[in-house]
Amino acid sequence: MRKPFAITLDVGSSLANHTGTWRTQRPVYLDRLPPCNHACPAGENIQGWLYHAESGDYERAWRELVLNNPLPAVMGRVCYHPCESACNRGRLDAAVSIHAVERFLGDEALARGWRFDVGVPDSGRRVLVVGAGPSGLSAAYHLRRLGHAVTIQEAGPLPGGMMRFGIPKYRLPRDVLDAEVARIAAMGVEIRLNHRVDDLLAAMKAGGFDAVFLAVGAHVGRRAYLPAGDAARILDAVSVLRGMEGDERPQLGRRVLVYGGGNTALDVARTAKRLGAAEAIVVYRRTRERMPAHDSEVAEAMEEGVLFKWLSTIKQAGDASFTVEKMRLDDKGFPQPTGELETIEADSLVLALGQDVDLALLDGVPGLEIVDGVVEVDANMMTGHPGIFAGGDMVPSERTVTVAIGHGKKAARNVDAWLRGERYVPPEKHALAAFETLNTWYYTDAPQRVQPTLDAVRRQSTFDEVIGGLDESNALFEARRCLSCGNCFECDNCYGVCPDNAVVKLGPGRRFAFNHDYCKGCGLCAEECPCGAIAMVPETI
Amino acid sequence: MAMQPVKFYQTGTFTVGNRLLDESERSVQANMRRTNSLNSGHRACQGCGEALGARYAIDAAMRAAANRLVAANATGCLEVFSTPYPETSWQVPWIHSLFGNAAAVASGIAAAMRVKGRGDVRVIAQGGDGGTTDIGFGCLSGMFERNDDVLYICYDNEAYMNTGVQRSSATPPAARTATTAAAGPEPGNVFGTGKNLPLIAMAHGIPYVATASVANLRDLEAKVTRATGIQGARYIHIHVPCPLGWGSAPSDTIKVARAAVESGLFPLIEAELGEITDRVRIRRRVPVEDYLRLQKRFAHLFAPREDTARIALIQAIADRNIERFDLL
Ligand SMILES: Cc1cc2nc3c(=O)[nH]c(=O)nc-3n(C[C@H](O)[C@H](O)[C@H](O)COP(=O)(O)OP(=O)(O)OC[C@H]3O[C@@H](n4cnc5c(N)ncnc54)[C@H](O)[C@@H]3O)c2cc1C
Ligand SMILES: Cc1ncc(C[n+]2csc(CCOP(=O)(O)OP(=O)(O)O)c2C)c(N)n1
Ligand code: SF4
Ligand SMILES: [Mg+2]
Repeated sequence: MRKPFAITLDVGSSLANHTGTWRTQRPVYLDRLPPCNHACPAGENIQGWLYHAESGDYERAWRELVLNNPLPAVMGRVCYHPCESACNRGRLDAAVSIHAVERFLGDEALARGWRFDVGVPDSGRRVLVVGAGPSGLSAAYHLRRLGHAVTIQEAGPLPGGMMRFGIPKYRLPRDVLDAEVARIAAMGVEIRLNHRVDDLLAAMKAGGFDAVFLAVGAHVGRRAYLPAGDAARILDAVSVLRGMEGDERPQLGRRVLVYGGGNTALDVARTAKRLGAAEAIVVYRRTRERMPAHDSEVAEAMEEGVLFKWLSTIKQAGDASFTVEKMRLDDKGFPQPTGELETIEADSLVLALGQDVDLALLDGVPGLEIVDGVVEVDANMMTGHPGIFAGGDMVPSERTVTVAIGHGKKAARNVDAWLRGERYVPPEKHALAAFETLNTWYYTDAPQRVQPTLDAVRRQSTFDEVIGGLDESNALFEARRCLSCGNCFECDNCYGVCPDNAVVKLGPGRRFAFNHDYCKGCGLCAEECPCGAIAMVPETI
Repeated sequence: MAMQPVKFYQTGTFTVGNRLLDESERSVQANMRRTNSLNSGHRACQGCGEALGARYAIDAAMRAAANRLVAANATGCLEVFSTPYPETSWQVPWIHSLFGNAAAVASGIAAAMRVKGRGDVRVIAQGGDGGTTDIGFGCLSGMFERNDDVLYICYDNEAYMNTGVQRSSATPPAARTATTAAAGPEPGNVFGTGKNLPLIAMAHGIPYVATASVANLRDLEAKVTRATGIQGARYIHIHVPCPLGWGSAPSDTIKVARAAVESGLFPLIEAELGEITDRVRIRRRVPVEDYLRLQKRFAHLFAPREDTARIALIQAIADRNIERFDLL
């Protein structure tokens, strides 16, 4: 072939040489399961919604979030965020403040009036949900999204369950709760308040329901046997907290003892302080380390002046004084009495010793299995009675809002399948994106953003919200701290580092592909992928 | 400073691209329409640092020169793996002559362009460390001394790789090559030999000298871009690991290059008219061992016994670089 002067070789001629034949291993793109997602009891795709938040597309982020959890503004405030304990970034500097971004998105949605859509035609099936706590609300939301007609029957005068009658206002302002519940009701979920279900089978029959989801929670405060004088003022924690929602505030006095070591005990003590108690003292039989309450809540209570008496039990109650016995931990960590007694003056004693489930509505329902006061369910959230599902505090669980919401979702999917005579098969989980799969060189140092807190004076005298939200710039910053564990975030590293130009960039949002004609299988792309989204697999020859 | 670090966009300046950045702030390599000056089908080994470095550098130069560019290439792996007759991987005007005369060929092209009134065309000469620091050194020094309008890029893989890993004057102390066996009382390349070409280039007082690494793309692109815009003789020395010659895993090419930078063994500097103007600070300092252990050419430093004395000598080289170039 004739070529111009000094031109001997054609551009592109090397493409005839398919160097991909040298390969003994090939790269594959994969999505691994981020540890945050893995740890979330509500099954949120946290990495997925953070990804959209990072680009400032908050509505898309929120829509991705609410695919799994309809209460982000609530959740961003009260969830104990196991996601953050699992977050890989925690091993670099500090975990992503996932709850703070979630709260920002939740509040943003309320401020901008984003609404849920149903999107599928009505199925013609009717489902009864008993209880408008987080579990019931979550189930109703997901069932509605699947096209079913849902009625919630709620015994109380207002929806929310323990989110309203347990968790104090200073942690969860009621306008936030009201707005998120209203958004679920607006999907066409009927919430019948002041409608206690006393006989489940009768209620199902009367309403012509095809299936039921039970989520009545655990509301009966546990008592301890205490020899007590007539005038001793002994109350239980849930009643005190429920009383806070009524017109008349509970009278606790100037010196209040709270007995118990869980979050409820702390909520009562902090509430007592705000009601004007000069001293609120939490009495607990073990040590601080062994308290079931979360560390952050203990710290917050201490900041507000709540006092603690560790390794102590209450032996006896008099008129205005209580006898306390010192305990010591044995080798197994169990508290043992020491015989050392002490008298503490106090106007009242609040018992925060846990709650039991009121199962009266289930009398006469055949097939149910009740163990330790809670209802057993199978892996599909169904009780021993076909068509009756249950979740939240009334089934064996950790008893958190997040678990309750997760149960509601899972139950809804199973109810949906059951109504069609099928079994719900969850999609297979990806392998975990462990810290070791990341190449952390590529992540910039970025200190965690801190939420503002209310000043000390207002924390002791008002029920104003203690922890504030992040502003937009801080929420964006915080979202961008996410490492995107196990999921491509289009950093272009693979496209850049391939010496053979064998990675094809497909364009924004479309990720990348390998050109196997030229990929020699060196593995540089996999090694330099920051988030561990490429694996090398042996070629079969 | 050659490059403005991008702050807190999740991965900052360290990844190739960043979907959150404006297109204009992203690297050349992130661009879907980059030149791919060294295209697929070349015959470089798996994980070749030189192939990668050449595409990084020439793509950046192409963008900086608005695609008006001619490259002269010395004999060496880069020429042999890219252009086995009748194929070529080059997608830029490219000319090959000899092992030792790339600088002279480029000087000639620059002169021809000047005569033709094509001052817009930028000229690059490129070669390996052997072609640059040894056989081509006379031509190169002449190009510097005359201040010819050429950017010379040396891809330093620290030996004559194309002919089977013989020692060059850029081979580091203790490294095993085909001609510096890991045997005898002083195994590997002899301490106290070799030359530092970036410093020699600086001694010519030319307008621009820089070192770069395939482990720091943003810095490399910024330096090539800067150099392309300067008139006169310019020199960029790029550290490019060679999996075959160094005995490193093909997948570790960038990791090895990064360890060289982060240990202080390969300082990233910039100089103008003979004076150092900037350096890239070490981000996460590592001991030289982290670099040496990744490469079989240094295996005799660790087995059968750890040769702490010689490792300490290499650490001393890194420490001296850190002090001399203010790398922390
Ligand atoms: C003081 C306190 C603070 C807490 N703080 C937190 C926290 O910060 N974070 C967290 O994750 N978890 C917290 N929890 C736990 C959390 O509130 C519960 O795990 C969660 O609310 C359980 O949800 P649920 O839907 O199962 O039940 P509930 O929230 O208890 O809701 C059950 C609902 O069913 C209704 N109901 C009951 N019986 C009937 C009936 N027969 N007919 C009709 N309706 C009926 C009730 O009125 C109630 O509205 C706290 C709990 C308490 C007590
Ligand atoms: C005058 C002359 N001597 C020897 C050779 C053989 N030869 C070709 S490439 C090469 C080594 C190249 O080493 P380097 O410049 O470091 O490039 P690398 O292959 O390492 O990239 C040699 C010795 C030659 N082509 N010409
Ligand atoms: S860094 Fe992001 S994806 Fe990884 S665990 Fe934390 S929040 Fe989840
Ligand atoms: Mg060489």
